[in-house]
Amino acid sequence: MKFVADAKLGGIVHREVDWSIIQEDLDELEDWTDSNELHGRYHEMAPNIVPMDYTKDPDVKLPIQLIINMPELKENPFKERIVEAFSEDGDGNLSFNDFVDMFSVLSEMAPRELKAIYAFKIYDFNTDNFICKSDLEKTLNKLTREELTAEEITLVCEKVIEEADMDGDGKLAFADFENMISKAPDFLSFHLYIHLYLDITLSSRCEWSIHSSVLYTNNHC
Amino acid sequence: MSYRCMQHIFLEMSVFVIDALNGNVMIFVKCRSSYCQQQKHNMISFIVVIEVDNEEGSAAESEDDDSKIATVYHTDNINSVRVCVRELLVLIHDINFLFLSVPPTPHHDCEDEEESENEKKITAKTRRGNARGRARKDSEEEEEMRTAGQRRQRNRRAQRKQAGNEDSDSDGESRKNKKNRANQISKQQEPSEDGEDDNKGGRKGRGKNETKQEKNPDEKGKKEKDNKKKKDKKKKVSSSSDSDSEEEPITEEELAKLKEEVEEKKKLIATLRNKPWQMKKKLDVLKEAQLFVEKFEGALGKGKGKKFYAYKVMMTKKWMKFQRDFENFKTACIPWEMKIKEIESHFGSSVASYFIFLRWMYGINMILFGLTFGLVMVPEVLMGKPYGTLPRKTVPRAEERTAMNFATLWDFSGLAQYSVLFYGYYNNQRTIGWLKFRMPLSYFLVGVGTIAYSYMVVIRTMARNANEEGGGDDTSFNFSWKMFTSWDYLIGNPETADNKFASITTSFKEAIVEEQENRKEENIHLTRFLRVLANFLALCTLAGSGYLIYFVVRRSQKFALEGLDNYGWWERNEVNMVMSLLGMFCPTLFDVISSLENYHPRIALRWQLGRIFALFLGNLYTFIIALMDEINLKLEEEKIVKYNMTIWEASLYNGTIPENATAPPIQVDPADVPRGPCWETMVGQEFVRLTISDTMTTYITIIIGDFLRAVFVRFFNYCWCWDLEYGFPSYSEFDISGNVLGLIFNQGMIWMGSFYAPGLPAINMLRLHTSMYLQCWAVMCCNVPHERVFKASRSNNFYMAMLLFILFLSTLPAVYTIVSIPPSFDCGPFSGKTRMFEVISETLENDFPSWFGKVFSYASNPGLILPFILLMVLSIYYLNATSKSYKEANLDLKKKLQSQAEENKKRNKQKAQQAREMEENSLETKPKQQGSKQDSAADQGTQKGRGDKENKKKTSHQQEGSPSQQHGPGPNAHYTSHGRGGSLAPPPHIAVTQPPVPRGYGMPGYPPRNPRFEGFPGGHPRMPRGTPNYR
Repeated sequence: MKFVADAKLGGIVHREVDWSIIQEDLDELEDWTDSNELHGRYHEMAPNIVPMDYTKDPDVKLPIQLIINMPELKENPFKERIVEAFSEDGDGNLSFNDFVDMFSVLSEMAPRELKAIYAFKIYDFNTDNFICKSDLEKTLNKLTREELTAEEITLVCEKVIEEADMDGDGKLAFADFENMISKAPDFLSFHLYIHLYLDITLSSRCEWSIHSSVLYTNNHC
Repeated sequence: MSYRCMQHIFLEMSVFVIDALNGNVMIFVKCRSSYCQQQKHNMISFIVVIEVDNEEGSAAESEDDDSKIATVYHTDNINSVRVCVRELLVLIHDINFLFLSVPPTPHHDCEDEEESENEKKITAKTRRGNARGRARKDSEEEEEMRTAGQRRQRNRRAQRKQAGNEDSDSDGESRKNKKNRANQISKQQEPSEDGEDDNKGGRKGRGKNETKQEKNPDEKGKKEKDNKKKKDKKKKVSSSSDSDSEEEPITEEELAKLKEEVEEKKKLIATLRNKPWQMKKKLDVLKEAQLFVEKFEGALGKGKGKKFYAYKVMMTKKWMKFQRDFENFKTACIPWEMKIKEIESHFGSSVASYFIFLRWMYGINMILFGLTFGLVMVPEVLMGKPYGTLPRKTVPRAEERTAMNFATLWDFSGLAQYSVLFYGYYNNQRTIGWLKFRMPLSYFLVGVGTIAYSYMVVIRTMARNANEEGGGDDTSFNFSWKMFTSWDYLIGNPETADNKFASITTSFKEAIVEEQENRKEENIHLTRFLRVLANFLALCTLAGSGYLIYFVVRRSQKFALEGLDNYGWWERNEVNMVMSLLGMFCPTLFDVISSLENYHPRIALRWQLGRIFALFLGNLYTFIIALMDEINLKLEEEKIVKYNMTIWEASLYNGTIPENATAPPIQVDPADVPRGPCWETMVGQEFVRLTISDTMTTYITIIIGDFLRAVFVRFFNYCWCWDLEYGFPSYSEFDISGNVLGLIFNQGMIWMGSFYAPGLPAINMLRLHTSMYLQCWAVMCCNVPHERVFKASRSNNFYMAMLLFILFLSTLPAVYTIVSIPPSFDCGPFSGKTRMFEVISETLENDFPSWFGKVFSYASNPGLILPFILLMVLSIYYLNATSKSYKEANLDLKKKLQSQAEENKKRNKQKAQQAREMEENSLETKPKQQGSKQDSAADQGTQKGRGDKENKKKTSHQQEGSPSQQHGPGPNAHYTSHGRGGSLAPPPHIAVTQPPVPRGYGMPGYPPRNPRFEGFPGGHPRMPRGTPNYR
């Protein structure tokens, strides 16, 4: 959207910072409302339900089963939670707008604060706006494929609460969570690359995870 | 003024729009802007005059000010224009049509210097509004003016109208046709409330200008000068000169309010991305806010700066992408990185640390190999005399028959002995080849350089590791981070995901082990006693084995003196056998002993390493002593050979040419010449053989001890009477200590032997390379993780320290032989000299000017060297002291930070607690009935319920003891915090939270799952790690 950038020559903002913000917004818009492609992905998941022209019928919703089978989400242990967190009705059915939201929040460009909000939603399994012990246990079981013993799980959950709980209510409110996550060195891994063309190969995914393994030593391709 | 510029830009854009949309031939348009150079502020009061260089129309106007031209937009591709235009329409449609209808305004410049800048701005604004209005139709304009004017001053309206008329009059007629089209479109699309907005815009802009002008009165002059210049060029009459002075400014409040609003919107734009809204809403809000800001900001950004900035933004993006790719590339370039990561994910960082160490060693050896290969072996092969020209380069007649046999070659004698691999092959010619390569000197320097480089690298690595260790990392959220940030959302590959799951599980286990170690409470006296006992036992074992070695060596010397032929196989190989037996059984013994000590596995590993190290040292030194004996024997033999040589030579001369003694006997075959024993080659051979046999032993151990055992256990488990996988043989664990020590001692061999066998580093490279692959495979395929996967210490300084020690130990004999044993008389680059290092003084004499030798001799004077050493020691002492103090300060600071964080947490908890108490106190009615529930509080259902109960309990206590509670904040605070802690993180002796006992997996009462390999992914925990799963 360079031309638009030039059109801004007409003057909206004075400082280069503002200018960059707007430019970023535009880029983001370009990325995420470039609906031809994103909508293409949406359409491909269920060609018989979703019309090609998304402008006309925005009421279509895709069921969760279709969404979590996307290659981007398939291996993710929290895929159901991700989809549920972004669905408007909470059941995991995604309208196209929800779909766009999901990938915009999980995009690399999305700010940390925003990611924290949604990460909290994702890890809050019982949607009571607190991450309590049962949520932690579920998270841990999903992360380790239930290979820790009950004692170990209890120990880890207690440690987590002991570390992150600032107000002493035995569960993590969003403030606690944000405080903790904002100091994390590799929270940036909380993003997805959506592949807009269906011919993604495993190798390309592999390449991405190599990239992430650069950032965080524990990742593996 | 700036608004006028906007008009021009958008004006020309709208021309685009129309023409492009109508599919007409595109008009090639450049927007040119020239603006005054002294814009030191970023608000709007700088003056910009934009010329529109329309090649159809007013091209004549703009040819003269090239110097200040900035091309804003320039394209010659109609498609791109269309695309752009569409985007433009979508994103800033309103603005577009706001300005679409404006007739091309010529450049108005003020004529009156006396006129205030403020007024100029106002006229600009009003003109803009007017122009827009006029674009509708003249009658409509009148209407609009009136409504707008109701909110404003009458006289302003009049003035504006006047200005507008003048505008249209002075306008360039050439553009009018085009504009008409634009006007029509705009008329259709423009919403009716535009007028109001516009008025506000004007007001706002003016307000800004006012304030700006107040701030920068000094810039007025410059601007005006600039204006004048423009005016001269354009020769246009500005209409703004007649703005009246009675015009009333907008009130300050209004101004401030507007300003505030704009700022708000700007802030909204800036923070919009952080809002957890739907994208659609975001878009709408963004559009709205942008529109608002655009309307009321009324400032022309820096034209040139913007283009540059857009470019910069683009470049940063590209740069970021490039960096990412480059990082990928760099990781891909680290050899075996993925292999090691994979191992780490299954076996923990301690096993991975061995492989990282192995890789590091490989790097070092590559450099050593490069040195010897590039500076010694290759020059000798290329430029030295070829094989067979000299006795030292020829296989002697007696060995010729077997020289090519495999057994001989495998033993590194025969042809291999008389090759470039060994010391003896090199000639003592001072220079070789046309390069005049100084072979002996190079040989000596490479030998010394190898050692020096190794010292340097090891010490540097240790220092770096120590630094990292000092830094440490923030572990305050260790578990939380592991829990919430360890999954990589990018993973889309099932195998990658498997690895990731395994690695997360392993890392959790490591962390749990650390945590349990922290919590462990034990009988200190018993542990101390056991540890002392263990050390005593270990010392006894070491002393016993030392004595055994000493005894055996003495005996073997006796045997050797008496002649080995009289004894059997055992007597001949006694030393070797005893060594291997010790090496086999002592580590196991140490392992048993160390289980007494009950250390953290990481520390236990260190002890184990240290003990086996001590054991191996004896091994090493017996080997060296044996070598020394042999060298002495060879030296004696050499004397005899030398004597025989002279006799042989004499007989040769006498036999062939009796008279002419000075002429050399040319016709003697070099293979027939008698030669000395050449102890250097013998030493080199010994080391090479040792390395080879060591390698073989390692590989065979891996194949038999690990692979065959795993195969046996795996397949015979189906038809065996007890469980092989869990029972006796089971799979082997990866033996970290043994492997590390093997590597270290092997490296010691290389350092000692590479002087006498230049080919040794090459052989070692081969060994490390193959063992990397073999061991990686073996670990993944036939080993199981340790019982307690533990985290390696961040730096491998313990390994390094051992390596350094070995390096020191191995340089001692090497240096000793170089310095104090005379080289062989008929082989090697130093033959003929009394000592090897004489090659240096020889070079100094022959190749350097005489003054250099003098300087060197002065410099090597002890009177100079001793003070120098003293100085170095002092500086080392000083640096050491400072670094220590820094470290202490660092630690202090860290402690302070930590305690502060703790304090904060405590305070927060207290506050929350107090708040809750207040709440409950107000609600509480029956405190007494809570007492019975106290016991069950610890293991009751949900956390919340428990918390509530305990709270109630506490409050009841507090109510009972309320008088004592009033004493002061101190005890009260303590009490509450304690109570809080009790409900939050129960102390370790409550049954629920009791961590499993250290060796917990094997304990009775442990859940009936796989007792040792809980964390192992996959259905069959005891199965060897199958290749199909984790390749």
